[in-house]
Amino acid sequence: MANTKEITKDNLLEVRNLKISFKTDEGIITAVDGIDFSVKHGQTLGIVGESGSGKSVSTWSIMRLLPKNSIIDKGSSIQFHRKSGKVVEMTKLKANSRELRKIRGGEVALIFQEPMSSFSPVYTIGNQIVEAVLQHRDVSKEEAEEIAVDMLDRVGISNPRQRFRQYPFELSGGMRQRAMIAVALSMNPSLLIADEPTTSLDVTIQAQILELMNELQEELGMSIIFITHNLGVIAQVADEIEVMYLGKILERGKTKEIIQQPQHPYTQALLEAIPRLDRLGERLTAISGDIPSPLSRPVGCPFYTRCEKVMPGICDIEMPKPTQLSETHTVYCFLHEEKDV
Amino acid sequence: MVKFLFQRTIGMAITMFFVSIMVFVIMELPPGDYAERWAFRKFSGTGAQITEADLDNIRANFGLDRPAPERYFKWISGIVLHGDFGEAFAFQTSVNNVIGQKIWLTLAILFSTLIVTYLVAIPVGIYAAIRRGSAEDYALTVFSYLGFALPNFLLALVLLYVSITVFDSSVGGLFSPEYADAPWSIAKAKDLLGHLIIPAIILAWSATAFQLQTVRATMLDELNNLSVTAARARGVPEWKLLLKYPARLAINPVVSTMSFDANRIFSELPIVALVLGLPELGELLLKSYLDLDMFVAGAILLILTFMIVFMNFLSDIFLAILDPRVKLIEG
Amino acid sequence: MTPTDLSPKETQAPINQMESEEAQRYYSATQFQLIWWRFRKHRLAQVGAIILITMAVIGLFAEFFGPYTGTTRVSDAVLVRPQAPQFCNDDGCTLRPFIPGVISERNPETLRMETKIDPSVRRDIYFFVEGEEYKLLGKFKTNIHFFGLKEGSIHLFGTDSLGRDIFSRVLLATRTSLSIGIFGVVIAFVLALVIGGVAGYFGGGLDYAIQRLTEIVRVIPVIPLYMGLAAAFPKEWSSTQVYFAMTLVLALVGWPTLARRIRGKLLSLRGEDYVIAANLAGAGPSRIIGRHLLPAFMSYIIVDLVISFPFMLLSETALSFVGLGLRPPTVSWGVLLQDAQTVRAIEQAPWLFIPAIFVVVAVLSFTVLGDGLRDAADPYQVSG
Ligand SMILES: Nc1ncnc2c1ncn2[C@@H]1O[C@H](COP(=O)(O)OP(=O)(O)O)[C@@H](O)[C@H]1O
Ligand SMILES: [Mg+2]
Repeated sequence: MANTKEITKDNLLEVRNLKISFKTDEGIITAVDGIDFSVKHGQTLGIVGESGSGKSVSTWSIMRLLPKNSIIDKGSSIQFHRKSGKVVEMTKLKANSRELRKIRGGEVALIFQEPMSSFSPVYTIGNQIVEAVLQHRDVSKEEAEEIAVDMLDRVGISNPRQRFRQYPFELSGGMRQRAMIAVALSMNPSLLIADEPTTSLDVTIQAQILELMNELQEELGMSIIFITHNLGVIAQVADEIEVMYLGKILERGKTKEIIQQPQHPYTQALLEAIPRLDRLGERLTAISGDIPSPLSRPVGCPFYTRCEKVMPGICDIEMPKPTQLSETHTVYCFLHEEKDV
Repeated sequence: MVKFLFQRTIGMAITMFFVSIMVFVIMELPPGDYAERWAFRKFSGTGAQITEADLDNIRANFGLDRPAPERYFKWISGIVLHGDFGEAFAFQTSVNNVIGQKIWLTLAILFSTLIVTYLVAIPVGIYAAIRRGSAEDYALTVFSYLGFALPNFLLALVLLYVSITVFDSSVGGLFSPEYADAPWSIAKAKDLLGHLIIPAIILAWSATAFQLQTVRATMLDELNNLSVTAARARGVPEWKLLLKYPARLAINPVVSTMSFDANRIFSELPIVALVLGLPELGELLLKSYLDLDMFVAGAILLILTFMIVFMNFLSDIFLAILDPRVKLIEG
Repeated sequence: MTPTDLSPKETQAPINQMESEEAQRYYSATQFQLIWWRFRKHRLAQVGAIILITMAVIGLFAEFFGPYTGTTRVSDAVLVRPQAPQFCNDDGCTLRPFIPGVISERNPETLRMETKIDPSVRRDIYFFVEGEEYKLLGKFKTNIHFFGLKEGSIHLFGTDSLGRDIFSRVLLATRTSLSIGIFGVVIAFVLALVIGGVAGYFGGGLDYAIQRLTEIVRVIPVIPLYMGLAAAFPKEWSSTQVYFAMTLVLALVGWPTLARRIRGKLLSLRGEDYVIAANLAGAGPSRIIGRHLLPAFMSYIIVDLVISFPFMLLSETALSFVGLGLRPPTVSWGVLLQDAQTVRAIEQAPWLFIPAIFVVVAVLSFTVLGDGLRDAADPYQVSG
């Protein structure tokens, strides 16, 4: 399969045939079911999908952060270009190995949806940034503090010296997310995974954070994986977009292609469901029907249970094959497969 | 912080006021009256005849002929203003004399027990949580069950029996015979420390079982916390991460329940002291209950409860130091 | 209201009621089924339950299962060691269990009576033998005992310094200790319901005052507090009076915790109730309380009661042990353990410590049973 292929030069990260399951009391749950994606140097990949589609699981697995009951399938491959030029197969790294620890934070950093709970409440913001800096840079404690204050300043936090000494609960939500970004960037990563970084923020703050991320990317030249359930948000930051549903990729392409010529019924539904400006922070509920339980995932195309254009006898038999619409635009849907045949 | 301390001090005073009323009620409960018991003690064996008039005299002397509220205020003001706990009839001396030194021995027992409890419960509880589901974790759960089910005084008896039959030496008492009545010295203090270990372990038995489970449960909660994943995603080594984030927070519930531990220890102290022959307040309390020497009993009950309330005060302060969120709430 | 308003409702009511009744039956049935099903998975809790039931039965028929009454002194058998029934001796094996004979003689040095085993004598154990007369369950006069000897005496757990059979006494003590726990828990529960209910009903100042009061009671160390109350029992009280006074004391200190939990649970259930009431249109509040609220509440209460047992047992044992609780001739585990108060006593006759095993096993059983029941009745899983 594809995973024997060596990573292409333009790509910082290449994920092939990623399959992840969880052992639970109710049985084995397959959260991510054989997906591919890649991130180019200095570019932003957007991953979009409703909650529960496996966005977090598939990206956290890059840093090997999944809980103990998770299983990454043997056929999966996650290749990453280290700063040194070396290519590592992340799935082969030993848990708690030195190399993994170097990559965590130092080369791949992660920010979460809830900036409140991703900081420990009993240490100051400064303490947690300094810890990160000291972990990955060869600097003294004083220098680390300077870097931290500088970083807080760069992410647009006023009075950085004072904030440095404050506790997470003393900052507003937007400030905390900026601080979280500061922590991540102070370690100088080449890839930043932003897991729904703006979901819990209100609209104006959300726009500010998106702008900040764009600015910082230009300045620092890192790559970003930006996860959201809101196609409206992702259009503002991503170069390429992957549309994910129930552990599968349903469509991928350049941002323009996905936004202007969405081909999969799911992508179209997501686009129609983009919240209006006044409801930007809300959860996406506009697509009718319930997401099936991951314990009883549908056979065939995972979306057929809710698809308006479902073709009985076709969609519910097997997963559609990829249809190449352009060099960069791919869709997994029988509506398009037929045209090709 | 000053405001915080002030609030807590006032709260402590109010609690102690109500406690003192309750203690006074308990002192008044036994049937018969204090004067009779006092006179019986004083004159029994002397052959002296006690008349009703003598008794009335004694009653007047102690103010026993006054109504209860007045007696309460006399009693409590003597304690608060002069530190005078009244008269112990069984010993024919003041309560203060009887209690005296024992307060310090009791405190020594309390603190050595707390130290043993926390030295065991905190690291072991953290370990059990990290190794959840392992054989060690299971064994510790069994131990905790035993900690609930085997009362400390029975454990004391078992240990005494083992020490006498197997090692042919007694683990009872707080001092070796040669130091028992000797004045305080370095040697005597060392002797005391050596003797404190066994009572501390016995008294820590159930408190450890409880705290171990608390620490384990909090630690399990904290391990699932996103901030732990966040730190791991920053490349912090696993052991450092566990100690700095979840373990640090697993201590909080222990600190906030320090006064419960003190309560539990004092609750078990009289009986354990009886079995081990420890000359401290718990044992004296038991004796004075049996003699109905209620001034002594009341004084001890009040002192023990005060120590508990004060521990609560201390744990509030510790918690405010340990957890920055607390200060914010208290304003 | 006009008749036109009423008529459609009237015709609808029976249908609604039927539906809702069915729904309720379904819900309450599945709830208990769920609890039962989850409880069945708890091996340890079942073992606990079986042990406790055994103890209760044995305690209830203590005079039948024990070969002697609690006060019989077999005077020449002071501090006899426990005797294990055996099936074999030098002469070979038999189906009928027996114990070797015992001879007691005075030690010429210590002048104490001492007992020795005489293997040449064989005393067969018979079942349903005639022995001392007693009243079964306090009513039926009989002299049949579960087992015993036709000649000589049998002491499975040995005898105490007065020559009384410890096995028989432990069985009697089991009854006393368990029953005092049951009465204590029940009275505490009634107090909790009444006082908690009154506080909840009047609310405001009274509620606040009661809560503060219980907080202050909880500051004072429990056993010393119990002791203070127990010390006030007049010396001339009969053992029955002391027994009932003890249950009251245990209940008095035990109710606040129960009251607080019942209050909290009631409040949270009431919140859920609105949802249920809305769904079960047509069913009156009494119906909802009876059919839905109470079952949910009952399982919770039962768990709570089971969990508070160990505390009662341990407190009774502790108080009686130091002589501030039950008094002889009443026998409870604590009273029996009084004989084992000093190391000297245990050193001389370790079997005096046997009642402690019963205390530990009973408390352990209640604890695992309570844990199992709580897991089984986990309110989150039931309501969610
Ligand atoms: N620790 C876990 N144990 C079991 N299942 C899990 C676990 N974490 C995630 N999952 C499963 O993986 C699926 C995808 O989760 P996630 O990646 O968090 O979705 P998203 O980030 O797209 O909202 C969920 O539906 C859930 O069933
Ligand atoms: Mg997610």
